[in-house]
Amino acid sequence: MAATQAVEEMRSRVVLGEFGVRNVHTTDFPGNYSGYDDAWDQERFEKVPTMAVEKVLVYNNTSIVQDEILAHRLGLIPIHADPRLFEYRNQGDEEGTEIDTLQFRLQVRCTRNPHAAKDSSDPNELYMNHKVYTRHMTWIPLGNQADLFPEGTIRPVHDDILIAQLRPGQEIDLLMHCVKGIGKDHAKFSPVATASYRLLPDITLLEPVEGEAAEELSRCFSPGVVEVQEVQGKKVARVANPRLDTFSREIFRNEKLKKAVRLARVRDHYIFSVESTGVLPPDVLVSEAIKVLMGKCRRFLDELDAVQMD
Amino acid sequence: MEEDQELERKISGLKTSMAEGERKTALEMVQAAGTDRHCVTFVLHEEDHTLGNSLRYMIMKNPEVEFCGYTTTHPSESKINLRIQTRGALPAVEPFQRGLNELMNVCQHVLDKFEASIKNYKEQKASRNESTF
Repeated sequence: MAATQAVEEMRSRVVLGEFGVRNVHTTDFPGNYSGYDDAWDQERFEKVPTMAVEKVLVYNNTSIVQDEILAHRLGLIPIHADPRLFEYRNQGDEEGTEIDTLQFRLQVRCTRNPHAAKDSSDPNELYMNHKVYTRHMTWIPLGNQADLFPEGTIRPVHDDILIAQLRPGQEIDLLMHCVKGIGKDHAKFSPVATASYRLLPDITLLEPVEGEAAEELSRCFSPGVVEVQEVQGKKVARVANPRLDTFSREIFRNEKLKKAVRLARVRDHYIFSVESTGVLPPDVLVSEAIKVLMGKCRRFLDELDAVQMD
Repeated sequence: MEEDQELERKISGLKTSMAEGERKTALEMVQAAGTDRHCVTFVLHEEDHTLGNSLRYMIMKNPEVEFCGYTTTHPSESKINLRIQTRGALPAVEPFQRGLNELMNVCQHVLDKFEASIKNYKEQKASRNESTF
């Protein structure tokens, strides 16, 4: 399918598909071509910023987990804070200000449970606070952050991420500074879990398939792709929803049926799957990512204009 | 791409300086000696395939462009060389500018359609009284 349409004539029919349970989001972009779709997947999401823990000030760590390992784990925790409301920290600036830094405190001490049964061996009964979760992190507002952000909005995205395990007598006491960064710098700043795209599958039956063969055909594809309908007493196969297919090519292992089907992909219809880590909803992420690409173009246009002025 | 000895390096770049004295040259143009303005290599700093491939694609759609290609000089260096050669006497800066504008238009178009679609979807979902995500 040769592309001869001008930009203005593009029928970018954006149709929204199903939304999964955990913020997995699927969007269709028909009318686009691979030239700039490569730009629109993982690479672009690398440039959308988020907040993540950058500096950890350890006051006391008597746990088994070493300081640096603990700090590394803390950095990977997604922080629920809209990065668009913050600035990047200036290079060389050691002290954070309220406009570019978030502070969290983690203070947990493990003790023995005095009310535990004598012969119990279950750690949940024997010890108190022996598992350190992200819910133990408390936010310390800086400056006027308490006014800007209502109670409970600045927190880790999930409160049941296990950070470390302790035993009686061990303690973790530290202060964390979060800054704004992009995924290109360190993967902890990436706002997406996975972002990928694929072309819309196009499955056509070259000849009518009936009876037992119809049942076999429907089993060769992902569930829901091929439907078997009763037409005048006979079972007839029909392609119901090719979009669901994952192209396992199972059909080609079947000698009889492989000639009856044509597997293809629609060249100009892309299905993007964006899974967010929870900081920003997937639709916001896609919008921001498109804006990042536009920002780059604008930057070079401005440069060109400035150069030509000389 | 070009021999260093034959190059007449016409470095016209805007040096934007930040408050802390950081110097960032975003764009340079390099022309080989003896050619007129229709073959130019643009050196784009702090850029990679994200912009390179998209831009190359948009510029190639221009019928006046005879050649357009880009390359990352080295994976450790964050810059790309984008070369444009035009038919006739059209200055190479023109398809470059046009490509950037068209890429922005495409992005804007998709953004608008996407946001309209999202709005529709949310309204549909709300009217069906399901809980929003």
